[in-house]
Amino acid sequence: MPAIEAKKLSFTYAGTEKPSMEDINFSVEKGEFVILTGPSGCGKTTLCRCLNALIPNFYSGELTGELIVDGINVDGRSTAELATHVGFVFQNPENQLFSLSVERDVAFGLENLGVPKEEAIERVRWAMEATGILDLRNKAPYELSGGQQQRAAIAGVLAMRPSVLVLDEPTSFLDPKSAEEIVEIIAKLNHELQLTTLLVEHRLDVVSRYANRVIVMDNGKIALDGPPREVYNDQARLIGIGLPKVTMLFHLLRIDGFGVTNPITVEEAAADLRRLLAQ
Amino acid sequence: MISIENVSFHYTGGPDVLKNVNLEIKDGEFVAIMGENGAGKTTLVKMFNGLLKPTEGAVLVDGVNTREKSVAQLSRDVGLIFQNPDHQLFAETVAEELAFSLRNFGFKEDTIQRRVTSLLTTLDLNRYEKSSPFVLSGGERKRVALAAVLAWDPKHVVMDEPTIGQDYLQKDHLRNFIVQITSQGKAVVIVTHDVEFVAECRPRVVLLSRGKIIADGPAAEILTNPQAVKQASLVMPQIASLMNDLKDLNPPPNIIDAYAAKGFFSGKLKAKVEARAPTQRR
Amino acid sequence: MSLRFVEGFKFTRMDSPIHRLDPRSKFILTLGFFVTSLMFTNIIVLLVIFLAQVPGIILAKSPSRWLRSLRGGLFLFVFIFVMNLIFGTPIVTSLAFAIRFLAIMSAFSFFFMTTSADDLGLALEQIHVPYSISFTFTTAVRLVPTMAVDAQTVVDAQRSRGLELDKGNFMKRIRNYIPILIPLIISAIRRSVELAEALESRAFGATEKRTAIVTLRMRVADYLVILATFVGVGLALYVYFKVPLPNLVIPIQIPRLF
Repeated sequence: MPAIEAKKLSFTYAGTEKPSMEDINFSVEKGEFVILTGPSGCGKTTLCRCLNALIPNFYSGELTGELIVDGINVDGRSTAELATHVGFVFQNPENQLFSLSVERDVAFGLENLGVPKEEAIERVRWAMEATGILDLRNKAPYELSGGQQQRAAIAGVLAMRPSVLVLDEPTSFLDPKSAEEIVEIIAKLNHELQLTTLLVEHRLDVVSRYANRVIVMDNGKIALDGPPREVYNDQARLIGIGLPKVTMLFHLLRIDGFGVTNPITVEEAAADLRRLLAQ
Repeated sequence: MISIENVSFHYTGGPDVLKNVNLEIKDGEFVAIMGENGAGKTTLVKMFNGLLKPTEGAVLVDGVNTREKSVAQLSRDVGLIFQNPDHQLFAETVAEELAFSLRNFGFKEDTIQRRVTSLLTTLDLNRYEKSSPFVLSGGERKRVALAAVLAWDPKHVVMDEPTIGQDYLQKDHLRNFIVQITSQGKAVVIVTHDVEFVAECRPRVVLLSRGKIIADGPAAEILTNPQAVKQASLVMPQIASLMNDLKDLNPPPNIIDAYAAKGFFSGKLKAKVEARAPTQRR
Repeated sequence: MSLRFVEGFKFTRMDSPIHRLDPRSKFILTLGFFVTSLMFTNIIVLLVIFLAQVPGIILAKSPSRWLRSLRGGLFLFVFIFVMNLIFGTPIVTSLAFAIRFLAIMSAFSFFFMTTSADDLGLALEQIHVPYSISFTFTTAVRLVPTMAVDAQTVVDAQRSRGLELDKGNFMKRIRNYIPILIPLIISAIRRSVELAEALESRAFGATEKRTAIVTLRMRVADYLVILATFVGVGLALYVYFKVPLPNLVIPIQIPRLF
C-alpha cells in the first residue's frame, strides 16, 4: 500500500476560474524522499496542503479527485484527525511555536491528543534527541535561532509519530548553514525511521543529494516525475527551476560537445570531471 | 556616496550590535552585505536613511550627516525596500500604492500620474493597476513594493533580503533589473544570504559577523575564502566548492559561476582531445 | 511615559522565591492587597498597605522595574489627586485615593512581573477554565512582543516612503495612521491564519480531555503565602471594624470649583 496516492486530484480556489492544481496523479511508497518543486504559482503549495486536509478545511474552493494518505481517504477528515498520520512543518518558524519552553512546545501535539503524561514525556524526549535539541529543552522559543526553531517544529511534529512528513519550504528564512543542517536532519529521519518525506523546496542544490525522487510542477500540473538525475534535464531548465549549479555546468559542457553525465552534487561532478580528464 | 565612518550602535541598555564599522559605497556600485542572522546587516542599512542613528561615529549620505536630516528627507535619496511587502502595502489599488510616496514627497499631480504609468509598464504591473494589492500573489506583491520605492527615483536603492521566497525566474528578473538600475548610476545595496544569487550577480561583497566587517571585496574573492565564509555562517557557491575539490588541476583562482568554470574545463577537455588525435589538416 | 507603565507588567525570568511561587498563591496575595486597599480611605492605613508590598518586591529582585512602573503610573496618580481636589474632597483624602490607586496598580504589577504567561495559562487550566480561553490568553500574551516588532517595522517601512507622523494638523495626523494600521491588521490576520493552520496540524481540539506534561504543584511556601494573606485580610477587617483611626486633616480650604 503506497504511503500517498493521488488520483485525478484537482483544486480551484473559491473566486478563481482556473484550477490551481489539475489532474494530479502520483503515488509515493513508504520511505521515499520526494522533492516537490516548480516555479511560483505552479500549485506545489496547494498540493501539499491537501495532504493533511488544510485544503479544503481552511481554504474554500472545489476539490475533486481522490487522495489517500497512509491508507486513509482524506475526504471528509479534519486536519486534527490526520495529525497522527501526516506531520506538517511550515515555512515560518515563528508561527508554529506555541509555548514558552521548547519541551512544552514539542509536547503540544501530544497534549492535544490526550496522550498520558508519562508516555508523552518519553516521546518528547525521543523527538528532541532525534532532532538534536535536547540541550535546548528549557529555553524559550524566541531565544532560539531560526534553524533551532525549525528543529523544534520538526520535533513537535515527530512526537506525534506520523508516517508521512510534509515540509513546506522550511529553509526559506534560514541562513545557508542552518538550511544545510536542517535538511541533513530531515534526511536522517527519513532514512532511520523510514519516514516518508515530501519536501517542497526551491533550493535544489542543497536537497537534491538526499532525494530519491523529484516531482516538478508547472501551471498546476505535474510536468516531471523521477530520480533527480533524470529530471534535471532540458525540460526542467525551460520550466525555470533553480537546478544545482554543477548540473548547469555539465549542461554547458554538453553544449560544447562533451558527452558528459548529469551530476547533482559537487562530489559527483568532481569525480566525473576527473574521469573525463583522465581518459 | 554613502559613507559609514567608525560607526558603533547599540539599543538602549543592550549590547553592541555594530562595532567600529567603516564602509564607503560609491554611486553606481552594487554591493551585497552578507553575514549570519543577527550579524547587524539590517541594523546597518537602517542607518542609510536615518531610521537609526549611530551611537558613535557618523553616517554621511552625499556628504550630509544623517543626524542633520529627517528620515523623510534622507529617504528622498535612499530608497529602502523592506523584506516583507505586507509591512508596506495598504492602499486600495496598486496605482494608489505607487502614488503614496510621491504624494508624501510633494510631487505634482501630473508628475505623479506620469511616473505611476511608466512604473506600471516597466515592472509589468499594468494589468494590476486598479487591483487591490492584497489579492496579488507573493511574488507580485514584492514587485509592487519594489515599484513603490522606485517611484520617486531615489539616488540609492537598498533591498533587504530581496530573494527570499522567489523562484529561479523571479531572481533572474531581479538580477537583470539591478544591472539596469546600476547602469543608471544608482548605488544598489542588497542585504542577503543567498550565496548562489550573489555568485551570479558578482557584486562587491561586504561580510559582516557579530557587528564587525570581516571581509570586503569582489564576490569572487570573498566567496572562495573558506574561513571568511565559515565565520559568516555561509556556504561556498557550488562551483567554488567544486573548484576547491579540484585544486590539483590548477584552475584559475576565484571561479564562482558556471560559465567561467565551463570555460576552464572546456579548454582542458579540448586540449586533451587535440593531444590524443591531432588534426591532420594540411 | 506610557511604555514605562507597561514595562511594570512584563514578565522577566528570574530565580527568586517569589518567581518560584505558584501563580495561584500569588494571585490570592494580590487579591488580598486589592481588597484591603478598597476597604480603607484612611491615608495612614493605605500607606501601610502600599509599603507592605515592598519586602515582596525586594524578595522578587525587581525593585528598579517596580519603581519604573510606579513612575509610569505617576500621571494617573496626579490625575486622581487633582480631580478629587477639584470636586471638593479634602487634600489628605484626595492623596489617600491616589495612594490607593498606586497600591492596587503596584499589587497587580507585582503579580504580572513575577508570573510567566505559560504558568498563568497552566494555572487557569488547573482551576478548570476552558482550555480555549486559557490558550487564547497565553497566545495573546506571547504575541504582544511579536506584534510590537511588526508595528515598528511597519512604521519604519512607511517612514522610508516619506510618511511623516509628527507633522500636520490633528486630522492629517489621524489619517497618517492609516498606512500604519492597515498593514498591521493585515499582518495580524495573516499571522492568525498561519497559526491556526499550524494549530490544526498539531491536532488542536482533537480530544476533550487534554493532558499536560507539566503541572503546577502548591508547595509549603505557597500555603504560607495564602495563610499570610488571610491573616493580613483578617487583621485589616479587625482594624476596619474595631480600631478608631487617627484622622489627618490639613486645615487648608481649597475653594470649591463646582
